[in-house]
Amino acid sequence: MASIEKKVIQIIVDKLGVDEAEVTSEASFQNDLGADSLDTVELIMEFEKEFDISIPDEQAENIQTVGHAVTYLESSVEK
Amino acid sequence: MKRVVVTGIGALTAIGNNVPEYLEGLKSGKSGAQPITQFDPEQFKTQFACEVTNWDPTDRLDKRAIRRLDRYIVMALYAADEALKMAGINNEAGERIFDLDPDRAGAIVASGIGGLGTLEKEIMDFADGSGTPRYNPFMIPKMIANMGAGHISMEHNLRGPSYATVSACASGGHALAAAADDIRLGRADLMITGGSEAVVTKVGIGGFNSMKALSTRNDDYKTASRPYDAERDGFVLGEGAGIIILESLDHALARGATILAEVAGYAASSDAYHISAPHPEGAGAKMAMINALKYAELKASDVDYINTHGTSTPLGDTAELKAIQLAFGEDVYDLNISSTKSMTGHLLGAAAAVESVACILAIQHNFVPPTINHFTDDPEIDPKLDLTFNKSVEKPVNVALSNTFGFGGHNSATIFKRYNP
Repeated sequence: MASIEKKVIQIIVDKLGVDEAEVTSEASFQNDLGADSLDTVELIMEFEKEFDISIPDEQAENIQTVGHAVTYLESSVEK
Repeated sequence: MKRVVVTGIGALTAIGNNVPEYLEGLKSGKSGAQPITQFDPEQFKTQFACEVTNWDPTDRLDKRAIRRLDRYIVMALYAADEALKMAGINNEAGERIFDLDPDRAGAIVASGIGGLGTLEKEIMDFADGSGTPRYNPFMIPKMIANMGAGHISMEHNLRGPSYATVSACASGGHALAAAADDIRLGRADLMITGGSEAVVTKVGIGGFNSMKALSTRNDDYKTASRPYDAERDGFVLGEGAGIIILESLDHALARGATILAEVAGYAASSDAYHISAPHPEGAGAKMAMINALKYAELKASDVDYINTHGTSTPLGDTAELKAIQLAFGEDVYDLNISSTKSMTGHLLGAAAAVESVACILAIQHNFVPPTINHFTDDPEIDPKLDLTFNKSVEKPVNVALSNTFGFGGHNSATIFKRYNP
């Protein structure tokens, strides 16, 4: 489980160019981490690539924070 | 009509990553050709190019700001940064120091092709992918050819006209003409213009290879770009950016700017002949030069230097010289001609931009850059022409003309002259 969170944080740091310290569970991509709508689409794509899953658009729209992403991925990625 | 002057220049080329280095490269006759580093070229007929190397864009640009930009956009921003500093609009730290009216300033910056590397990578990733039908959301804004202009306007808060012009290898010339017109007609006080190009990619090399447009002199790549040599076998692909700050004379004088040169005139024409071959008699190119002289109210004998399109292709080089001879008559024997593509390679949509910078430097520093890599005279070329082979020449340059021609038969000629109040 911890490794999913770690990977998620790493992707966010890489893609958004933010400090790791800013990437808290509550942090919102758009409100706190400076992402725009295109950045969030790219993040979703990176999650899909990294974890080899497909995230449906309607689910992707609900992933607004770091915590949302970790929770969703932990429940979706095959153990 | 307003007079249009140049108050800043920026250059990023294989022979220099800034204006002082570029000047030194032009004076010393440096070849920018080297084996391709941006991909493994082993499968390709041509395995070298004039790449920009030892370049760290973050020495001028914010890492965060450039992380989602195609190389060609970063190059445009990088050269614009240098030009704005030279013009005294920004300070060395890149901060605005002149109170520029944002509604009276714009950016018309060309790219012949745009973000080809981005498009190529995305398509290859997609083909290799899991089948999820998704492209990166930044693909389109990285790829489209207007984003050099777009990002410069955003980065420097310019709310006047901003767009790109596209006419293949003449794109930069058309951009300069459009930007100069905005100033001439009083629509803007200051315009950032020029061009950038970065297509040293598999598709770029492979595509031009298929047209038999590129030199394949892999065993002697340093001397492969040899315009007007009897053994020339095609152009060498270059990359980089050239940026020119144009300003109305009134605006430049009012703020006490240093004036580097004046834009004397420009004209465009078309061959109406073939997609890639030049008109054999140079019919269109001739008219671009004649009309640029007319606009500039200059005589052929006033021109000291012609920076040619001279790409080092068998057909193009001689057709252009024919056109020059038709346009200049006997006066052609009293001026210097050179192709700086012998050093920088062919920057396609940025060619006119870096070559206009070369003309401005020639006027500023009174020298004619050489056509390097000359070994064997071409019997088709009039031996009385002074093609400035192999060594730069020190001489007063008061008027310099830059030619550029693009696939599609697009021609552009731009004349710069020494500023005299």
